[in-house]
Amino acid sequence: MTPEEIIKPENLVYGRTKVLTDNIMHYCPGCSHGVIHKLIAEVIDEMGIQDTTVGVSPVGCSVFAYNYLDIDWQEAAHGRACAVATAIKRLNPETNVFTYQGDGDMAAIGTAETIHACNRGENIVIFFVNNAIYGMTGGQMAPTTLIGMKTVTCPYGRNTDLNGFPLVISDILAKLDGTCYVTRQSVHTNAAVLKAKKAIRKAFENAQAKKGTSVVEFVSACNTGWKKTPIEANAWMEEHMFPKYPLGDLKDTVKGSQLSDEEKNAKY
Amino acid sequence: MAKIQGAVTVNTERCKGCELCVKACPSHVLGMSSKVNSKGYHYSEMVNAEACIGCASCGHVCPDACITVYKVKLQ
Amino acid sequence: MEEVKLMKGNEAIAHAAIRCGCDGYFGYPITPQSEVMETLMAQKPWETTGMVVLQAESETSSINMVYGGAACGKKVMTSSSSPGVSLMQEGVSYIACAELPCLIVNVMRGGPGLGTIQPSQGDYFQTTKGGGHGDYRLITLSPSTVQEMADFVGLGFDLAFKYQTPAVLLADGVIGQMMEKIVLPDFKPRRTDEEVRKECPWGTMGKNGRKERNVVTSLALESEVMQETNNRLQAKYKLIEENEVRFEEHYCEDAEYVFVAFGSVARICESAVEILRAEGYKVGVLRPITLWPFPTKEIQRLTKQVKGFMDVELNCGQMVEDVRLAVNGQVPVGFYGRQGGIIPSAEEVAEAFKAQMVK
Repeated sequence: MTPEEIIKPENLVYGRTKVLTDNIMHYCPGCSHGVIHKLIAEVIDEMGIQDTTVGVSPVGCSVFAYNYLDIDWQEAAHGRACAVATAIKRLNPETNVFTYQGDGDMAAIGTAETIHACNRGENIVIFFVNNAIYGMTGGQMAPTTLIGMKTVTCPYGRNTDLNGFPLVISDILAKLDGTCYVTRQSVHTNAAVLKAKKAIRKAFENAQAKKGTSVVEFVSACNTGWKKTPIEANAWMEEHMFPKYPLGDLKDTVKGSQLSDEEKNAKY
Repeated sequence: MAKIQGAVTVNTERCKGCELCVKACPSHVLGMSSKVNSKGYHYSEMVNAEACIGCASCGHVCPDACITVYKVKLQ
Repeated sequence: MEEVKLMKGNEAIAHAAIRCGCDGYFGYPITPQSEVMETLMAQKPWETTGMVVLQAESETSSINMVYGGAACGKKVMTSSSSPGVSLMQEGVSYIACAELPCLIVNVMRGGPGLGTIQPSQGDYFQTTKGGGHGDYRLITLSPSTVQEMADFVGLGFDLAFKYQTPAVLLADGVIGQMMEKIVLPDFKPRRTDEEVRKECPWGTMGKNGRKERNVVTSLALESEVMQETNNRLQAKYKLIEENEVRFEEHYCEDAEYVFVAFGSVARICESAVEILRAEGYKVGVLRPITLWPFPTKEIQRLTKQVKGFMDVELNCGQMVEDVRLAVNGQVPVGFYGRQGGIIPSAEEVAEAFKAQMVK
């Protein structure tokens, strides 16, 4: 059969979800943000929660996330998304609330808000895009920048004496009693995309089941910031990022499950 | 045995020419056009259409959601 | 029959919040206002009205929780004291730009810096002139009694929703800690989600069948869009200046000199006026209730009648700048301030008046 004979509505197997708006994303060619946006949109579509979902966008490259998913959005101040999301969820318990944050937003300026939202076990989802660099402001060092990795504010490579160490924040969040699900995913191959999508769905379902806070980290490429082609950037990510930020589930339980009922209901 | 045949369309105006779909395709169906869209990007297109199995790998990895995938089972 | 209660100003705020149908309170403990959250937690309004009360990890977080709640169209508030309110300024600027209604209570203590936990009025500039970045204004209500602490909660919310802008209840620590008898406002039920959606069609509680998505943001990268935002805000502020000025006067009809003071100090000035009147001085008191919008026109009117103004504050001289702007050099404006939590006596104020104003 010719392509023209195959390309018919009845033969459709994959297309653009209606939860994505028609806006062309401002991201650089090959940017992981686009894939992650699309996966979240697909999950919202498949779960039928477009009408009840509120997103909180950060400051960083994804500041304009609200232009791309056809749901209600709030744009938070830099680092404050988890505080904003906490209030939305507490005041509207029936909504599905997620934050979408980069490494600078979530793990540098917003560390306190992130840790405390997770520690309270807010029934929200945190999508954390870790590309080890500040993309929007022009490629500065992030808390997650690898040792030796060059950025415009560590032009000779991240030096541990000067800049300290990469912050593996998902490991910290996994240790908190309030989180139920902490997972590290990527979106650079077909298989990775399919796994990441399952993780996104699971995170939303956890929040609906009031299991606690779910954190989905996406180890991502910033090909522009890394000064590579998209394909080279993905290869570099596999080689250098994955050893420091290994993929897989860090935690999958229910908040406070480490505690006995007696401990949870203690009174002094 | 039934044979699967697929086909894809690329929204060429949306495509930014990142080539991730070309890399993701297990059947080497896609390549970059010598033409450019209005933004100046070379966009991807089927260069080996008959090899397409409609697996949607290209669509899944596309950051700009510009690939639509179709497939049929041939008897 | 109305129910008279004896309570602290801070406690009155908490009871008034529950009674005015507040949807959520987010705060962080700081002296001298911690009784606001303590009272709310003891009252457990989540079991009665459904109001959410949450202790946040910082004032930064509190104000951003307020942003999140306000952006849903909900009636939300926070309270803090001076250093904590400084920490909130980023969020306040975002809330003002995103044109969200909310109530921020500041029970002022002495600064700058960590300062003292004793009462002060040192945040007049911060509240009425800006505080955070960019061009914005905050409706600022200044209570001078525990009754007004309660009454201004509802009023603050009403004005905040009317103009879609944050309102501040700016109290000095004296009013927060002092006990007086008050009549609590009647219970008003919280709005249902349907009512919230109707009143705030811009709210972000999920599309819920709406065709267009709602986005709450304070971002406007394009110059024209930002300028338009500024112009829209300024037009709104002008409307507030025209319609919402509130003040109170005592003995101003025949006054040759007028004290200008807000909050607890206005009450001291009233006592000073009693003393000075007994000595034959024709003095009165103008108490601005809204510090912004400031009663500029009223001061300009009085300028034609009086020989001078005497501004008294618990700071080094902040509101006095607005008094001088209004007076515009036409009559002398004296200033007397105490700091560090020292509250001047009526006699002290009367003496300061005579020393500065009567030659």
